[in-house]
Amino acid sequence: MTATAEPTTNEIGKARTRKEDARLITGRSRYTDAITPQGTLHIFVVRSPLAHAKITGIDKSAAESAPGVIGVYTAADLGVEAVGLPNAWPITPDQKSPQRPVLASSTVHFAGEGVAVVVARSAAHARDAADLVEVDYNPLEPVLDMEAAAADGATLVHPDLGTNQSATWVFDSAGAGTGGSVDDAISAAESDADSIVVRRRFRQQRLIPAFMEPRACVVDPTGEQMTIYSATQIPHILRTMTTVVLGVPESKLRVVAPDVGGGFGGKVGVLPEEMLCVVLAQKLRRPVKWTETRSESLLAAHHGRDQIQDITITAKKDGTVTGLDVKLLADMGAYLGLVGPGVPILGAFMFNAIYKIPAYKFTCTNVFTTKTLTDAYRGAGRPEATFAIERIMDELAVELGRDPMELREQNWIKHEEFPFTTVCGLTYDTGNYEQATQQAMELFDYAGLRREQEQRRASGDPVQLGIGISTFTEMCGLAPSRVLGSLSYGAGGWEAAGIRMLATGKVEVITGTSPHGQGLETAFSQIVADQLGVPFEDVEILHGDTQVAPKGLDTYGSRSLAVGGIALVKAAEKVVAKAKKIAAHLLEASEDDIEFSNGTFSVRGTDKGKAIQEIAFAAFMAHDYPEGMEPSLDSDAVYDPENFSFPHGTHLAAVEIDTETGRVELRKYVCVDDIGTVINPLIVEGQVHGGLAQGIAQALFEEANYDDQGTLVNGTFVDYTLPSAADLPSFDTRAVSTPSTSNPLGVKGVGEAGTIASTPAIVNGVIDALRHLGVAEVEMPCTSQRVWRAIQDAKGRSTQETPIDTHSPGAGLGSIDPNNPQGEVQ
Amino acid sequence: MIPSKFDYVKPASVADAVAALEQGGEDAKILAGGHSLIPVLRLRLAAPTLLVDLGGIAELRGIREDGDRVTIGAMTTYYDVLRDDLVKEHVTLLAQATETVADGQVRHRGTLGGSLAHADPAGDLGAVALALDAELTIAGPGGTRTVPASEFFEGLFTTVIGETEILTQISFPRYTGWGSHYEKFNRTAQAWSMCAVAAAIRVDGGTIAEARVGLTNMGATPIRARGVEQALVGQPATADAVRAAAEHATEGTAAPSDADAASDYREHLAKVLTGRAVMAAAG
Ligand SMILES: Cc1cc2nc3c(=O)[nH]c(=O)nc-3n(C[C@H](O)[C@H](O)[C@H](O)COP(=O)(O)OP(=O)(O)OC[C@H]3O[C@@H](n4cnc5c(N)ncnc54)[C@H](O)[C@@H]3O)c2cc1C
Repeated sequence: MTATAEPTTNEIGKARTRKEDARLITGRSRYTDAITPQGTLHIFVVRSPLAHAKITGIDKSAAESAPGVIGVYTAADLGVEAVGLPNAWPITPDQKSPQRPVLASSTVHFAGEGVAVVVARSAAHARDAADLVEVDYNPLEPVLDMEAAAADGATLVHPDLGTNQSATWVFDSAGAGTGGSVDDAISAAESDADSIVVRRRFRQQRLIPAFMEPRACVVDPTGEQMTIYSATQIPHILRTMTTVVLGVPESKLRVVAPDVGGGFGGKVGVLPEEMLCVVLAQKLRRPVKWTETRSESLLAAHHGRDQIQDITITAKKDGTVTGLDVKLLADMGAYLGLVGPGVPILGAFMFNAIYKIPAYKFTCTNVFTTKTLTDAYRGAGRPEATFAIERIMDELAVELGRDPMELREQNWIKHEEFPFTTVCGLTYDTGNYEQATQQAMELFDYAGLRREQEQRRASGDPVQLGIGISTFTEMCGLAPSRVLGSLSYGAGGWEAAGIRMLATGKVEVITGTSPHGQGLETAFSQIVADQLGVPFEDVEILHGDTQVAPKGLDTYGSRSLAVGGIALVKAAEKVVAKAKKIAAHLLEASEDDIEFSNGTFSVRGTDKGKAIQEIAFAAFMAHDYPEGMEPSLDSDAVYDPENFSFPHGTHLAAVEIDTETGRVELRKYVCVDDIGTVINPLIVEGQVHGGLAQGIAQALFEEANYDDQGTLVNGTFVDYTLPSAADLPSFDTRAVSTPSTSNPLGVKGVGEAGTIASTPAIVNGVIDALRHLGVAEVEMPCTSQRVWRAIQDAKGRSTQETPIDTHSPGAGLGSIDPNNPQGEVQ
Repeated sequence: MIPSKFDYVKPASVADAVAALEQGGEDAKILAGGHSLIPVLRLRLAAPTLLVDLGGIAELRGIREDGDRVTIGAMTTYYDVLRDDLVKEHVTLLAQATETVADGQVRHRGTLGGSLAHADPAGDLGAVALALDAELTIAGPGGTRTVPASEFFEGLFTTVIGETEILTQISFPRYTGWGSHYEKFNRTAQAWSMCAVAAAIRVDGGTIAEARVGLTNMGATPIRARGVEQALVGQPATADAVRAAAEHATEGTAAPSDADAASDYREHLAKVLTGRAVMAAAG
């Protein structure tokens, strides 16, 4: 992959292999489950097999007397019935927020919710004894369909709230003064023969973040500060929230996120199990540990997506888009997660995407069901938005008989129009959609593939070809704190950094972000090496421990580089400013005559100079330094971004569909992403590849389903079908760069781009391959069965329903059906 | 993922293994490659109290010529089956199907015997054993017996192997010079079959002289597609003739319905895949 941006410095732009990998792939890593302080007790959570039920009795006696068991506790036993887990994003002042308990006391609201906890000397003892806890349930009606749940007269998940609707959030460009009225646009289009109105319903299926390392937590009460080790993306937020939830003074808590094996948003949460470990460690005065199983992870860790999207677009027949109306229903699951309600709202600003849309309205209603909660998952709100707009642009093109790329180009913001303030009021600083698109079209051979498609259609080839387009943008770098404030988000969006210049000239860098697989140790080292002019190898990045990195807002929302990386630059600037004073003093020159480049402070016009390492040593010795300053170069910075950044790109997919079997084969995938300045092209490529895999997975492979009793049917990786490399083609990824002007590095963020862009590219390709056969829509994931059925339906042949909720009789493992734990296996 | 507590023995002979099973009674289980059993234990879908590991019995491993047959020890791993020259030449279909099982890691641990004994309807080797008229040798307290593949599978995850018996070897007639193909259809590249077709064909002068066709995951057990076989014999190996014969693929099947495929879709797949498998086998 090549970046068109010229590297301006030594390190930035270099395709370094990731320095953390040597440690991570040779076992010199330390994940939470590898931490077992002396005397650790292990817990296992007894979970409800039912989606919705009254708890009528819990018999703990057999479990309590089982070998190795220290105790079995309910919420009442622990005195935590009143404790509620936090929701940090009340999207409206009157949002309905049920208490989310640490353990359910009287009613369970989703299958997988904890009802009791077993504490034992070993994890095996705890697991064995959990089978002996007898819980009696009185089943209640499960609430599974979000549309039915939102309607009047529905069974209520939380009867005391009086409704299953948590909140409705509206953005209307007419009201906001950022654009016209959509209602006017629609009625104008309806009464105008030269206009068109296109309405479509799209479904965002439920997904499971499926990080590699299951969640785990160890709480060690030894010492003045209680230490919480957790496989989390958000150690700093977890610390503050533990104080909020349990009242433990923040100063008495230390949170450590050791090596964390992936998250994808799935580890942005304050977990009932984490709080249980804290409460139990306090009560028993012993370290307490929890590690979930993969099945527990699939069942009880938060899920993602799950929306119904009703989209209306209006346009002139010449192709000019005149209005966009978006109505969403978003399934929150049984409770509100840490930022769950805000996830669809993040999407609100992205439906208009790269287009000049004069009138826009967004309405989202968050709904409770008796399912696992939903919350952030890679892209959080923006993949949903991008899918809807990119799908409807294709639909509009079809209705108007236009080439889908041409129609997009007609409506997108031209590169000379930047900075551009959108109909949502966001100002896109830079971008060049023409450049990315032109490169992508050439690499892809768009014209050639269109010709091949024509031929295959004409010859009635059983393998049809489809071309899918997605010209996406996203907002990265969460976030300007004032903007978050205006959205009632429960925190700011700044990030903190610190730089310690050691006596020997080595550098310790402290970041408040919390890398968990992104390669930030490498990218951040490259940035600091350039800023300070020190060797890459001399920079150490420290993170993920509130004792080391006391201040931070952690890693999610493609913010680490775009916000955390800039904080580093600001801290480095302070180090250099201090060093310059000492250099001037030692070189007996005026500070104004000191130049700094490549790690050396020199006196302009002379050959006199001192390396930054010498200055660091001089500051340490402190034998000779200027009056009025402290003998230290160490510096901290907190950076609050002034704007989001707006990466964009053009993604093109060629899909082949075997019309006899319905199999979708991805033949070619080209993407040209504009992510601003590229710090490390290798890491960028890795992020894009992984992102593509996850976005393609939504389009073709993954889906979390519940049966009519509310049981998750994808309880193992046999049933939750993650694709592997063997399912994907070799991607052709490129980067172009129009640097962001709202931060000094010109970076934009790349962590989510692939995921956001690829899903609609694939689905547009699938529909494009089948449209001439009469197929107008295939729900995601576009499995072979769904595609085959869509073809049959179009031919007017009736087929059976696609059963999404049936346990597989084969495949050996069956599915974990908690109602029938013996499964079909003999 | 912690299984229930169990005892573990690793006998060195078939006789000792049978004795251990007898002692362990109803709650004893054989452990072969573990790639079906261990997940089942970890999910606590089964809780045997004794595992009898066959990994220490050398006589159960390996592939040898046995007159006009090729005989494979039950504990031979997929990987060893795949690489074996005898298998490649005379029982090509077995090698082809084995290559589609999961991924390299699984193929290095999983065993042919374990796969057949497990009798997962989605497993790939049952249809091959059935189509190729394999014979399975089972050792028990009363000695050994040999059953044809057609009598081996009884139902979902059940075979004629008794509680104190061990599958020791699988022997195949030679299909030297036959064309063969395993056509597998799955949800992701390394997953079990939603439906698959095992076909071996002997073509003589452009005409199909003999045909063997087995179906994976079209019922509780692997199924022999006799209707297809009969329709093929005597036909030219052309697309039209094969397609017509493939219409018989669903005879005698009881296709399951699950999230990957409802029964009507499976039935459709069986026909399409049968046509493809036979065409590929016919070369
Ligand atoms: C990720 C993954 C993917 C897989 N994908 C596929 C696939 O695509 N296709 C496929 O066919 N399979 C697949 N499998 C299953 C794999 O092939 C198993 O290895 C196989 O089914 C069982 O063989 P084993 O040697 O591992 O047996 P084990 O798991 O040890 O045993 C399985 C069962 O058979 C019994 N048993 C084993 N050996 C004997 C014997 N000699 N006599 C009597 N009883 C015995 C055991 O008691 C147990 O009940 C997959 C497995 C995994 C983990």
